[in-house]
Formats: sequence, structure tokens, C-alpha cells
Amino acid sequence: MVIHPILKLVVQRIVLGLILLLAVSFVIFLGVQILPGDAAQAILGQSATPEALANLRSQLGLNEPALVRYFTWLGHALHGDLGKALTNGQDISHDIGQRLGNTLFLAVCAGVIAVPLAITLGLIAARYNGRWPDKLISGVTLATISLPEFVAAYFVIFLLTQVVHLFQPVSMVFPGMSFFAKLHAVALPVIVLVMVVLAHMMRMTRAAILNVMQSAYIETAELKGLSPMQVIWRPALPNAIAPIISVVVINMAYLVVGVVVVEVVFSYNALGQYLVDHVAKRDLPVVQAVGIIFAAVYIGLNILADLIGIISNPRLRHPK
Amino acid sequence: MVDHRAADVLQIKNLRIEATAYPPGEPPRHLVLVDGVSVSLAKGRVLGLIGESGAGKSTIGLAAMSYGRGGVRLSGGEVLLNGRDIRTANAQGLRALRGREVTYVAQSAAAAFNPAKRLMEQVIETALLHKVMPRAEAEARAVELFRKLGLPNPESFGNRYPHQVSGGQLQRAMTAMALCPKPDLVIFDEPTTALDVTTQIDVLAAIKEAIHDTGVAAIYITHDLAVVAQVADDIMVLRHGKTVEYGTTDHIINTPSEAYTQALVSVRSIDHTEKTATTPVLRAEAITARYRGTDFDVLKNVTVDVAAGQTLAIVGESGSGKSTLARVITGLLPAAAGRIDFAGRQLSPDLANRSKDDLRELQMIYQMADTAMNPRQTVGTIIGRPLEFYFGLKGAEKRARIQDLLDQIEMGKGFENRYPAELSGGQKQRVCIARALAAKPRLIICDEVTSALDPLVADGILKLLLDLQAKEGVAYLFITHDLATVKAIADKIAVMYRGQVVRYGQKSEVLAPPFDDYTDLLLSSVPEMKLGWLESVLASRKMESAGN
Repeated sequence: MVIHPILKLVVQRIVLGLILLLAVSFVIFLGVQILPGDAAQAILGQSATPEALANLRSQLGLNEPALVRYFTWLGHALHGDLGKALTNGQDISHDIGQRLGNTLFLAVCAGVIAVPLAITLGLIAARYNGRWPDKLISGVTLATISLPEFVAAYFVIFLLTQVVHLFQPVSMVFPGMSFFAKLHAVALPVIVLVMVVLAHMMRMTRAAILNVMQSAYIETAELKGLSPMQVIWRPALPNAIAPIISVVVINMAYLVVGVVVVEVVFSYNALGQYLVDHVAKRDLPVVQAVGIIFAAVYIGLNILADLIGIISNPRLRHPK
Repeated sequence: MVDHRAADVLQIKNLRIEATAYPPGEPPRHLVLVDGVSVSLAKGRVLGLIGESGAGKSTIGLAAMSYGRGGVRLSGGEVLLNGRDIRTANAQGLRALRGREVTYVAQSAAAAFNPAKRLMEQVIETALLHKVMPRAEAEARAVELFRKLGLPNPESFGNRYPHQVSGGQLQRAMTAMALCPKPDLVIFDEPTTALDVTTQIDVLAAIKEAIHDTGVAAIYITHDLAVVAQVADDIMVLRHGKTVEYGTTDHIINTPSEAYTQALVSVRSIDHTEKTATTPVLRAEAITARYRGTDFDVLKNVTVDVAAGQTLAIVGESGSGKSTLARVITGLLPAAAGRIDFAGRQLSPDLANRSKDDLRELQMIYQMADTAMNPRQTVGTIIGRPLEFYFGLKGAEKRARIQDLLDQIEMGKGFENRYPAELSGGQKQRVCIARALAAKPRLIICDEVTSALDPLVADGILKLLLDLQAKEGVAYLFITHDLATVKAIADKIAVMYRGQVVRYGQKSEVLAPPFDDYTDLLLSSVPEMKLGWLESVLASRKMESAGN
């Protein structure tokens, strides 16, 4: 039987991603293990008696060898059970589920605005390469990415809550809020995040298009009588899509896993803040669980980028 | 001279084309690329533009579309297309006529097609863009053109992507793309130069017939006078952007009046008599080779030997395994079976196990001198490297030897400190020859070393190689697809076809009848500088090229 090479590559990438995720889970587990002290110590505090510690340790299964504990944890995690938080005894899976929703809501809102905007701006910058629209777009996006997130955040808060009274400075969302109320609540962090991720994607779009513009088939298109924007749209963009997609996806991954600062500034109750809170409280099971979720999102999105890159290549899609 | 007529599709009058070059670290230089060129072309006629690279032929061809590559400016004269001056037309006006009234066929169709789209979409794109005809009609016309151009399965050919068809087929598809919107003028820019000689002849015939049947006017640009003689009604010979001679094909080929044209017509004047075979310096015996991860033998039981101080030419079309044989001999691709004896000892199949002397005595020169040299090293460093590596030469001794080698390749003083980018194509190849010679090799493998060069420059390189062989006694394994080159340099010839040697022997034997079918095809496909050659050779062909 002949297996289509695309299918083979897809399966390969997914299997590789799973192996990588497994390795990452082990590294996270190991990292948490080598921290001084353990969960029992963390729960009972510095003044705990040795007897109390020993009791709790056997209760938590901490006397088992590390490898056994790793596989126990992994087995539970695969069933969706990430354990209980040490600090408040809450079910971690439940807490994460709720906050992951908020994280994804913010990321999707920012992505829906930032990706089309960045690509459009990139195409315009490529079209007017070296002329004023290019310089303006490149300059403004460079400025927005150069501002640290919290500075940008306070700047936006000042402008849109104090100067123009449009939004609230904190982005509280809670279950039961209507969709539009949520949208209104997250407007400010979305604006900040768009500012942060715009430049990277826009620059890659511009660079990828300009790189393709050197090709002989661009001259063919010009000699067919296509207008400059048609040239960019028809022969250039389809051939530049792979590098653009990979940068878009990296930025999407960043929007999910890397926006702690923005969440904190706007008091937005999502995964980043949850993680920071529990790092401060040495709540190791939570740190471990959030770490693995972030890793899964990151690896998953990168596999997606790889696959889109592969599929966009006609040589792989249609072998000889 | 050719008359100017009012009904001409294209009239170019006294055209001047300029550009500004910005060499790094120097003030900008003003260049005149084309000066005082006038052309007229009527419906149904074909004008050949011929000259060496840099003669301005492509620049003039593109000027007929009022297009300048990079910073090229059409700065003077008139370009009249269907009676309107398009030289000064605005961008919108130009877009309306490009792809509608005048279309373009590029040299490398493989690069000129958009790899991300199916051929049909690209072939009918102009017809739709300029609203020449509705989609269904355009597709029907494209299929008709595919059929006319001899493409396989014309009904479904358009569903393929560019990478799925061969180079010769792509060149025909590009011709179909140019003819699809029913233009008045088609520019063919070296459409067959990148093809094998056996494929070229089919494409040439297909293009000629398509031009004839559709009645368009055409400009046919090439550096090969023998090719243009087959398709053109008139020929203009260009040099340094100026017209050398302009007249009917018959006049240019048979009674050229300018010395430069005469030189072009009589090119390939090297007369090389073969030497009698002596002891072999290299013997490759029963070589079988395949690339990793494939189950297809690229070389099948190949046996050849190269006599000391003589030249073995390996000839065949692309894909015949010529370059693979070179890779096996150099050890880059260890053979699956067979043995290689060199200078009285057996060579390890794998490069990694060969001694420094093995490496030194076996050198290589490549087709693209450009990519075979580090652009950030001077000529002196490039030639000096093997001197240092193999002989440990340093300081004054090394410099003297470098100058020695530069003298040998007839470049003289003042080149040591130049960078490759400052050299012409021929000079670059000479530097590569000097670098190979610096190792004092017994054998140099020359892989298509003259293929990228203009005919007159290539002749110079061949003469130099022959001189060096006479002086240094070095043997050559000369890989080429060009039979004229083979005739000029070989003592012995191996003809390769699909990984096998189909004919092998002294030059006089191989090139004398009776021929096997493949050698006959190869020999008869070399364009000859006479009118009507194309028709006569197609009528007497016995087999098809492997590239079709």
C-alpha cells in the first residue's frame, strides 16, 4: 500500500509531539522534585514536627520512589485528574478548566484582531517597500513592540479610562456574564496584546513577501499585466505562507502562555495569574499542572504550524 | 536593411536604455545598456535577437513590453506597439497591454511558473484578467494549445503543478500560456537554452509550428545562432547594446558582412586531433550506484577508463548519470558495486577513507564557477588554499606560485587581490581551473565547465584546457551535454543513456557511422547553422528523447 507522504508526515509530527510532551512532563516533574523541601513540608510549614511530616508524607505517597510517583501522577493526569491544590484543597482540573476558558477567550479576541491586521499591514508594507507607508507601518509597530507590556498597559489604561472614559481599568469576568459584557471587559488587555504581537507577525509577513518577490514567477506575473496588489495576492502570498504561519502560531502560543503580566495588570482571572499565585505559595501540584498545560498548548500549536507549512507546499501535497 | 512598414505590430526606433549601477564602496556608475537600436516586426514574422550575454538582447525584448528589470530605464527613442508609443505609457496603460497585446516566454520556465498553482490556472490567467474570453473558452483554448504543442494528455495536463512535469514540457506550457490570450506579439527569451539538445529540438519545432499556426509576431532571443536560424525570418546581431548587423536570416547565415557576425557563424573552430590511447590513469570498472533511500540504480555496470594526459568525454542528456559518475569517482557517492583504480592503486569508494594524495591528484571544476568560489575570498586566497593545504607553501613562495598559475590561465598580473564578483564569467572559470591545477593533479573532472558560458568565451576555455593538458600532462574527465564541445576536446568518448554507457571508444570510432539509435539522435539534434535543418532532421528521426 502506498501511503500519501502528507499523511505520513502528519502522523510523524503528531507522534513526535506526543513524545516531546512526555519528555517535557518528566522535566517539569523533575524540576519540581529538586526544589528544596517537598509538598508535606510546604503544607505543614517550617515548624512542623518530624512525626507530623512523616505521617503526611505517607498519606501523600511521598515515600514512594520518584519514578513511581511520576507514573502515578502521569496516569492520573491522562485521566484528567491533576490532583488537589495544597493550599485550598480545590480540584486542580476544575480550577484550570475555568481559567483556561478565560485565557483562551482573551487569546482568541486578541488573535482575531491581531492576525488579519498584521498580515494586511505586512502586505501593504511589502507593496510600498521603502516608501512612506512601509516606513510608517514599520516604525509604529516597532514602537509598540519596544514598549514593555506593563508600560503599554498603563498607557492604554490612562488613555482610555482617564482621558476618554470608555472602559473600566480592571477586566473582571465571571461566569454568567453576557458575551458582549465580556468583550467590553477584555477590551483593554486585548488592545495591549494586539500592540505586543502585531509587529512580529507584520514584519515576518513583509519579509516573507519581499523574499518571494525576488522570484522569476513574480516577473512573469508583472508581465501578465497584474497590478502590484494582485501580484502580492496571487503569486506571492501563497508561496510565502509557510514562514508567516509559523510566526503567527508562535504569537498565538504566546497569547495563551505568556501574558501573565497583562493579566496581573488588569486583574484578569486566567491561567497566568493562577500560576503566579501558586508559585508564590509553593503549591507544587498546581505549578506542575499548569506547566504541563502550557507545554501542551505550545507543542500543539507548533505542530499545527508545521502541518500548515507542509500542506501549503504543493510539492508535498501533490508528489510526482 | 529591413523596411519599416506602417502596419507593423512592433516598431522600435532609435531605442536607448540606461541603468545606474551601485557598486559597493564606489560612486554610482552610469551605464548605457542599449543604444540606437531600431527594429520593425510585421504580423506573422519572427525576429531573432542574437548576441553574447550583456549584449542587451533580453533588455530589448523586455523593452517591447516597456518593462525594465531592476533600475533599468528606457530613456530614449520610441517603442511603437500596434502604432502607439508605449515607452512613455503610464503603469495602468502598460498593465492593460502586458499579457494582452504582448506576452513573454522566459528562459527558465521552471522558475517562471508559480509553484503553488496548477498549470491551467496560470495558463488562462491573462485571458481572464484582461477579459479576452470567458473561462470555459479559455480552458478549451488552453487544451487546444497543449495539444498543438505536443504535450502529453492535453485534456488533463493543466491539472498538474509545475513540479510535476519535465523542463521541456514546462517550456511548452509557457508557450501555451503566452499564446492563450491571443496576443499580437510574443517575446521568447532563450526558451530552449536550459534544455537538453534532444529536447530542445522538439520544443523548437513545437514553438515554430505554434507561431506559424496562430500568426502572431514574435521576437526570439538566443545566444545560439544555429537555433535562431531555424525559427527566425530576420536576425539582428547585437553586441554591447548596439546593432552589429540586421537582415534576413539567409543573409546573416550565408553572407554575413560584419567580422563579428562571421566569428559567430564560424564559432567552434577548434581542431583537435585525438591522441592514441596510452596506459589509463583512471579505470572505473563495473560501477553501479544509487542514491540513499532509493531503490533505483542511477548507474548500471559502468566501465570507462581515462588515459594519462588525455581526455575522456562523457556525453548524454540530463538524468543520464554523467554527474553521478563524477560523484562516484570523487567518492562523494560511494558506489554500491564496482572498483576504481587510480594511478596504479585502488581507491576507497568513500571519500572519508582516501589519503591526502588521492584527494590532491583528483581535482574538480564545476559548471557554475560563481557558486564554486567563496565570494568573500580574493582570487589569491582561492588559488593559494590548495598550495597551502597540499604543499605547505607560505609567504613569497606561495605568492610566486599563485602568479605562476595566474600566468598559466592567461590572466596575468593584478588579479590576485580581486574578488570573484569583479571577474567576468570566463575569468571566474579560469580561476577555478587555476585552483584545480594548483594541486598538481593527474586527473581533473570537468563537469559541464563551459555550459554556462557564451560560445566565444567557452571556446577560449576549451583552448586553455587543451594547452594546459599539452604542458602539464593532466588528464580530463570531461562531462558535457554539448557534442560540439566533445568534438573539440575529446580523445575518447563515452555516450551515456539512462545510467548506462551505450557507446564507448576513441573519438573517431564513436563519431563515425554506423550509429546506434541514441547516438544518432544525439548527434542529429545538435543545431546546424543552415536553413531548413530543423525540418530535415525531424523528418529522419528514429527515436524520442528520454526527456519527453
